[in-house]
Amino acid sequence: MSTTLDQFVDTPLKVGSHSLSSRLIVGTGKYATYELMADALERSGADCITVAVRRERLIDSEGRNLLDAIDTSRYTLLPNTAGCFTAEDAVRVARLGREILSGLENPGANWVKLEVLSDTRTLLPDPVETVKATEQLVADGFEVLCYTSDDPVVARRLKNAGAASVMPAGSPIGSGQGILNPNNIRICLEYLKEGDPDYPVIVDAGVGAASDVAGAMELGVDGVLLNTAIAHAADPLSMAEAMRHALVAGRLSYLSGRIPKRLYATASSPEEGVISIRPR
Amino acid sequence: MAELQLSVNGETHSMSGERTIAQLLGDLGVTAKHVAVELNGELVPRTQHADQTLTNGDCLEIVTLVGGG
Repeated sequence: MSTTLDQFVDTPLKVGSHSLSSRLIVGTGKYATYELMADALERSGADCITVAVRRERLIDSEGRNLLDAIDTSRYTLLPNTAGCFTAEDAVRVARLGREILSGLENPGANWVKLEVLSDTRTLLPDPVETVKATEQLVADGFEVLCYTSDDPVVARRLKNAGAASVMPAGSPIGSGQGILNPNNIRICLEYLKEGDPDYPVIVDAGVGAASDVAGAMELGVDGVLLNTAIAHAADPLSMAEAMRHALVAGRLSYLSGRIPKRLYATASSPEEGVISIRPR
Repeated sequence: MAELQLSVNGETHSMSGERTIAQLLGDLGVTAKHVAVELNGELVPRTQHADQTLTNGDCLEIVTLVGGG
């Protein structure tokens, strides 16, 4: 069976009780305007978008809220706990996000992208606090998608703590360095999918270009979450398109079964019938 | 009328008279549907906003959704 890119209809990305038609999840941060954001979200093809929870600006010059710019009936919102450095704060923020999403009657009310960071310079996740927060949020009924490093041991701990998805970073948040250690992502996949092939693993953070998305999908991850690579591209709209195509290309490439890498060449043209003199 | 001093999102707000959370949100011009409210560190579900009366010295956090990754 062969499939062209245009015909390709993928299976949905299943995370907890959610089923997403696109395996690309995009963030809503860092856009120059809400209009540009809304257009980029549409061009990305994503049906799930991440949002952050922050203090309401009580005196706002423009008086506009993100929620005025997003069609919340069209997207499943995935609230994050970005900016939290302790499990306690992350749990608090997750509950506030759930409260807002419940009021909006958005299906994203029952899940959270858990982010518990260790310091502001690297934005690397704090594994101990992340495991702790995961346990508490799972006990509180949340489906927890855990942002974590690419450490396979931590990844397994998070799954055991009840995470609905483990989301290893390709490289630091917003760094655009791509997937720095594909071998670790491979081991994460082995650990997390052992005896549980449908367990969703999503690469979150570090993507800089479309090739990073394709490369991640070729490793066999189930989805990619990105924000800055689109929002801060010189042309966010065409980059959103590039990401959408790269995701499908990488996914098809993975499903199609790539050839193994070999040290030496193998000729593509037949050996037989060659008329030239061959070197020994 | 009794003075009501509240900390709202880290800033002090002074007003006179009694207020519920729902009334405060109205005074502040906040779209209730867009926010969640914490009173002294505890989440107050929106179903209780109309009944929850505020007292002098209360500390509130009013949060909404913003762009994020």
